[in-house]
Amino acid sequence: MSVVLEQIFQVGFLAAIIRIATPLAFATLGEMFSERAGVLNLGIEGIMLLSAMTGFTATNLSGSLWLGVLAAVVTGALMGALHALFTVALGLSQHVCGIGVTLFSSGLAYFLYRLIFGQQSVPPSIKSFETLPIPVLSDIPVLGPAVFNQFSLVYMAILAVPLAAFVLYRTPWGLSVRMVGENPRAADSAGVGVIATRFQAVILGGALMGLAGAFLSMAQFNAFTFGLVSGRGWVAIALVVFGRWDPWRSAGAALLFAFVDALQLRMQASGLGHIPYEAFLMLPFIFTIVAMAVMSRNAVAPSALLKPFRREER
Amino acid sequence: MFRLEARTNTPAWFNLALPLLAIGAALVLCSGLIALAGAGVIEAYGVMFSASLGDSYAITETLVRATPMIFTGLAVAVAFRAKFWNIGAEGQLLAGAVASCAVGAIPMPGPLAILLMAVAGAAAGAAVALVPATLRVKFRVDDVVSSLLLNSVIFYALMALIEGPWKDSFSGYPISPPIEDSANFPVLLEGTRLHLGVVAAFLAAPVIWFLVMRTTLGFRIRIIGENPEAARYGGIHVERVLISTALLSGALAGLAGVGEVGGVHFQVMSDISPGYGYSGIVVAMLARLNPLGVVPAALFLAAVMTGAEAMSRATGVPAFLSDVIQGTALLAMLVALLFTAYRIRRVGTAK
Repeated sequence: MSVVLEQIFQVGFLAAIIRIATPLAFATLGEMFSERAGVLNLGIEGIMLLSAMTGFTATNLSGSLWLGVLAAVVTGALMGALHALFTVALGLSQHVCGIGVTLFSSGLAYFLYRLIFGQQSVPPSIKSFETLPIPVLSDIPVLGPAVFNQFSLVYMAILAVPLAAFVLYRTPWGLSVRMVGENPRAADSAGVGVIATRFQAVILGGALMGLAGAFLSMAQFNAFTFGLVSGRGWVAIALVVFGRWDPWRSAGAALLFAFVDALQLRMQASGLGHIPYEAFLMLPFIFTIVAMAVMSRNAVAPSALLKPFRREER
Repeated sequence: MFRLEARTNTPAWFNLALPLLAIGAALVLCSGLIALAGAGVIEAYGVMFSASLGDSYAITETLVRATPMIFTGLAVAVAFRAKFWNIGAEGQLLAGAVASCAVGAIPMPGPLAILLMAVAGAAAGAAVALVPATLRVKFRVDDVVSSLLLNSVIFYALMALIEGPWKDSFSGYPISPPIEDSANFPVLLEGTRLHLGVVAAFLAAPVIWFLVMRTTLGFRIRIIGENPEAARYGGIHVERVLISTALLSGALAGLAGVGEVGGVHFQVMSDISPGYGYSGIVVAMLARLNPLGVVPAALFLAAVMTGAEAMSRATGVPAFLSDVIQGTALLAMLVALLFTAYRIRRVGTAK
């Protein structure tokens, strides 16, 4: 036990938690915006993968990391728009459309990647993001090197959380999002464009999922691999429930998951050799399922989640 | 001006027309990708067709490929009827494969082995599906998320087995030991891979159709999906029916794994399923959740998958095209289903 405690308070361990939490935070915030407006986006897993691919490819071809990030964000927003087209404009089943978007995006990601790069013996790579220490702050003992000596995308994720909370709770648009997710009929009567607001929220959500994908292929790894996302999108959906559809709590949930994930990585490495490493890989997923079982009884989803809005229907 | 109008009933030919429309739309949309890859669209689809349906051997290969997707398609169709969102057919398939492989490795007479493999595989799949169903009934956990997360758990469990106790000590590859020769499913046509499981899949479809459409359990499954309040009011124990649905759905997905072990691979490896569980969702939706429709829908996807590999070899278009076609077909089918709820009417110019 003391070994475990010792590990936890190491700088490297804290830094690993922050790094693992970053893509999850982006993805969780993205899914949260979408769901707060009443739209479940199961396309998240595929959107992250496709964005990771376009971001990686744009960087590989142009040499510019930020152009890659832009490509990933635009990809995410476009796929969000596609999901909104099906679920908001046409009012189709959010569950099945989301699966459709994931299957379509994943297939497209693999197809285009193979088309652009072919089958190379050495997989193509990019010069990925490098850590960017923040002056003064990075000198704080323990916390400094762990939190303030990170990729610029990590800082963006840290800033994204209060920003998301501000937008959701303190701006007119955020109020509209919450209204169309809770009571679209009332929002409509109050003059809020339900369809437009939902579109915007799902597109914003997609863009955030795109950032998550960009982080995976351009900061955490410097390549696009076939198992790159490996369930992180599904985890984000669970974290939204666990975080009770609130930006702060969702970010907290992402940190908690990242803690479990970082812990299992350490346990794998720390020579608990008689336990198969897959048991550790399973751990974050089992943890998430159990956490949902504990939390779901009290979790109150946005009332209009999964319900399409058609003005003429009463 | 055109207006959407609610439709109360749909003609029977829609069941055939809508999937065909969706498939046609998917093939047309994906032809853009073929052109992007610099190949001839007609040529590429031509190779795809002849390699999957062009001669009798190709047809048997497509039938073999369709078999697991008939089972997962049935699993999803049954579950979705009850609005039990079982996205976990992939994990249930893997569990079925592992369980049947374990049983098949025990020496015993062939017919007994095959029977016990099927029982073990179905039970394993059902046990896995029981988890999201129980979590939903007891803890109100969203079944979509829990069944998706469970897929990862089952996959890692399988990896732990084939990289651990089941690892091939001779080659060092992460592949389970083969099942006994006597447990290999009999081949029905000399020189092909057409195995007993293919017949079982084709028989399962009408059996499940009868169960869903003509039995009390099937009625209950449909009613809790369509109107749970009415079902409860009518004295139906909704939670119990949901659990039964999950067990049935999981067992069917487990059988998909049994067929792959007993009839195709004779052992378990990490890529025993190229996503047959997820394809089952596409199959079920194309079939409009009708168990009989699952068979042609699975055959279509199987033909695309088998054909895509040949197409890739002949034209250089990446075989991942089949994944894009699957996703596009699912989305196109959802749009096509709008025609069942609405009809487009021409009306006078508004205002």
